[in-house]
Amino acid sequence: MSTAPSRIRVVDVNGVMRVEFVDRDILDEASIRQIGAELARAIEAANAPRVLICFQGVEHLSSAALGSLITVNSLIKKRGGQLRLSNIKKSIYEVFVITKLHKLFQVFDTAEQALQGFASS
Amino acid sequence: MTDSTPGQCDEGSATIAEENNAIEGFQRRIDERLTARNYTETARFGIRLALEEAIMNGFHHGNQKDPGKRVEVRWQISSDVATFHVIDQGEGFDPDAVPDPTLDENLEIPSGRGIMLIRTYMSQAFYHTPGNHLEMHYRKPVTK
Repeated sequence: MSTAPSRIRVVDVNGVMRVEFVDRDILDEASIRQIGAELARAIEAANAPRVLICFQGVEHLSSAALGSLITVNSLIKKRGGQLRLSNIKKSIYEVFVITKLHKLFQVFDTAEQALQGFASS
Repeated sequence: MTDSTPGQCDEGSATIAEENNAIEGFQRRIDERLTARNYTETARFGIRLALEEAIMNGFHHGNQKDPGKRVEVRWQISSDVATFHVIDQGEGFDPDAVPDPTLDENLEIPSGRGIMLIRTYMSQAFYHTPGNHLEMHYRKPVTK
């Protein structure tokens, strides 16, 4: 089991698991694997998890990070939950548009907007 | 990592191993060179992403994650064009055989987006046969 420091911060906001990243660059494989594993552990511990991933402060991400998000989204759906994303920098949102992943994810400008109707849904 | 003295054209090469911070250190040095030649933040974002994808593809798909194998990057950066050659030690592949990741039926597949991001962010990108040598160019947009 890894003893590396956590790469994410998870806060409960009225039943929604709000996730933030510690790093501004989500690029290297080891970090992405660790983030994916930490998220999977949190999701598997919840029933019908509602998860908000907030990208505040994230400057770069790679296609491997996108792949990890897809895997996390599939896991949440399998457990009857829902994933929302927020605070994505314009240049990174363009990566979602280029790859058409903006069609797969529910993306909101701010965490507050994402939480509206989510906590009670 | 070898460098020329910065002048008309900055050129050099690096042999990168898949280990912690190796790519990060390399990316930082390239970014400094691009910044010195007035590449915009948008250009540097795209070049960094393309290099990241190219090098990671070299490690994973080219070198098959063999820790003994390396990825070589050669670069030439002028005030107008940044050229990169990313060469792995694998057997190559057919880039045309990679499925389109933007098709609805492929959207939920977690991998296979690197090449399309490289082609989108760089002005030109192509593989030399047998496919273990990617050449890519970023040209600054012409401003009037």
